[in-house]
Amino acid sequence: MYDFLTGPMLWLTFAVSFGGLLVRAVMYVKGLSWQLDRVAYRPHMKYGIRGGVRSILAFIIPFKARLWRTRPGFTLIFFAFHIGLLVTPVFLEAHNVMLQNALGFSLPALPTGVADGLAWVCLVGGLFLLLRRIAFPEVRIITTFYDYLLLVISVLPFVTGLIARYEMGDYNFWLAAHILSGEIWLLALPFTKLSHVLLFFMSRMQLGMDYGIKRGGMKGTDMAW
Amino acid sequence: MPEGKFCNKTPITTDEQLKATLGDKGGKQYYEEMNHLDVDSDKLWASIQKTMKSRTKTWLEICAHCGLCAESCFLYQVNGRVPEQVPSYKIQSTLGVMVKKKGKVDNEFMQMCMETAWSKCTCCNRCGMYCPHGIDMGVMFSYLRGLLYSQGFVPWELKIGSGMHRVYRAQMDVTTEDWVETCEWMAEENEEDWPGLEIPVDKEGADIMYTCNAREPKHYPEDIAEAAILFHVAGENWTVPSEGWEQTSLSMFAGDWECCKDNVLNVYAALERLKPKRAIGTECGHAHRATVIEGPYWAGRPDGQPPVPYIHYVEWLAEALREGKLKIDPAKRIKEPVTLQDSCNYVRNQGLKDVTREIISYIVEPGYFVEMAPNKEHNYCCGGGGGFNGIGKYREQRNVALRKKRDQILDTGCKLVIAPCHNCWDAIRDLEEEYEIGIRWSFLKPLVIGMLDVPKHLLPPEE
Repeated sequence: MYDFLTGPMLWLTFAVSFGGLLVRAVMYVKGLSWQLDRVAYRPHMKYGIRGGVRSILAFIIPFKARLWRTRPGFTLIFFAFHIGLLVTPVFLEAHNVMLQNALGFSLPALPTGVADGLAWVCLVGGLFLLLRRIAFPEVRIITTFYDYLLLVISVLPFVTGLIARYEMGDYNFWLAAHILSGEIWLLALPFTKLSHVLLFFMSRMQLGMDYGIKRGGMKGTDMAW
Repeated sequence: MPEGKFCNKTPITTDEQLKATLGDKGGKQYYEEMNHLDVDSDKLWASIQKTMKSRTKTWLEICAHCGLCAESCFLYQVNGRVPEQVPSYKIQSTLGVMVKKKGKVDNEFMQMCMETAWSKCTCCNRCGMYCPHGIDMGVMFSYLRGLLYSQGFVPWELKIGSGMHRVYRAQMDVTTEDWVETCEWMAEENEEDWPGLEIPVDKEGADIMYTCNAREPKHYPEDIAEAAILFHVAGENWTVPSEGWEQTSLSMFAGDWECCKDNVLNVYAALERLKPKRAIGTECGHAHRATVIEGPYWAGRPDGQPPVPYIHYVEWLAEALREGKLKIDPAKRIKEPVTLQDSCNYVRNQGLKDVTREIISYIVEPGYFVEMAPNKEHNYCCGGGGGFNGIGKYREQRNVALRKKRDQILDTGCKLVIAPCHNCWDAIRDLEEEYEIGIRWSFLKPLVIGMLDVPKHLLPPEE
């Protein structure tokens, strides 16, 4: 089981996940229409890229956009969750040992304590995101079962990973569960709303280009996001 | 009954249809007929498939349902923060469902969409600035309005409005003759006070071609006179076209895209005919958006620019003051607390936030200008944008919407509001009428004329 999950299944997962995301990126750009979107992408590419990059930076740097400053509590939870979710798996020592064995190179590994901490941060952040969906009427009204499912898919690898890491119960079972849930998460990326891992950048870039070209950028006034 | 006499899928294209629909007071019969209007699902779905490209598709798909857009919407704020006013909910429950059901929706659903699109969103685009994913629900509501219009689900006034544009190429029944006569009349009326004042019609090769909002010749012709006076004092070589002078687009609010294109091409044709060095539009936000920001795309101009540089009135005024073409008498500057309404359509949609403040620096005594909070691109809609001001059916909702601007103005403590946008000006007038907070409001033109330092040779000879 372990050999299958970390062998053929893993390669298939990577191929579908990254290949799928690549297809989505290409489809997104191909589906833009200067006339329907009312943005002259090509003739004003320089203004567009400038506006797009400003727009992305404003929203990936904590507290840079006005939005993040108006909601400091949410901003903390949001960034903690996303940093934990993305940084932990990439720089985890155990993952990098596998990477070394498979491809002959590895990334710098996080100290165990830091990795544990980040995993917990992600879990607690996920819990808060779940609770606010239930607690706030303005979030509850737009929340569907699908939103909960995606949250579960996203944190499941952390739950199973921590159980395996603290060796609670049957280690081999929890390890297999961890790998499987991680693969489910990766497979879900191109096909679900989790595609925002990539489409966030595309959408933000596009709106940034809109502002950079038509909505002020060419008048020499940068939008204060 | 599939299609009504007034409420149907066919745009108004003749004067008779227009008069008949206008005769249906308040749209009584129109809305009654709407209750029986059939939805052409196949056409609706075909239209969605053809026009809904990756931007809107992605926006609908990746909305994380985080609710951060809620607070960004002034309509959410003034309506007791009910969840039904969350922008994400408003668009997901209308356009989102329409797409999910592949256009197979019923009359009741379409009427709910109409109410949402025209009474719960003014297309102010503020939410787009606050969505982490960069989802601009104002853009999507404009798109939804187009779909609704094509199916006949559009408020009565806007059906008429776009009909006006189709028949008269103006938002009101102002004909070419009416327009030219108004220009002549205004020139005559004011030439005693301003010797040599002219409103040159159809002059080729002028430096400036001036265009306006049909409300001006129809209801406030003095606005045209004021523009003429300021061009005259500034020594500009200018003209107005006899045809293609109207730059507003109620069709843009109605979602009648075909008509939008026709209107803007009419203005561009005037530019090509008269070959001015540049064009200047009046103090109107949506007119600027229609002719300068969105218009080039409707007209199919790949560079997204009008045929000649086309600027908003505030840009010309700032330039004239900066270059000394117009001089302000320091003694006549505004010496009372005054605030400024940033129009969504030229601030959030074209970045004209600094030029308006530059004008303020010339006409207001230092220390008297009070900013609204929030301001510039974060400012709230006047409360009547996107056609909201003109729709009788939603007057009550519009009056609630005005509360945000009322509170913003009250917070500044100012009694004078500068509103260089027709629609904002109207909304502020209405809010004073509705809530009586004791304020005055003004366009820039009359304020500036009142404080000009006019060169002696332009003044009437002393008796």
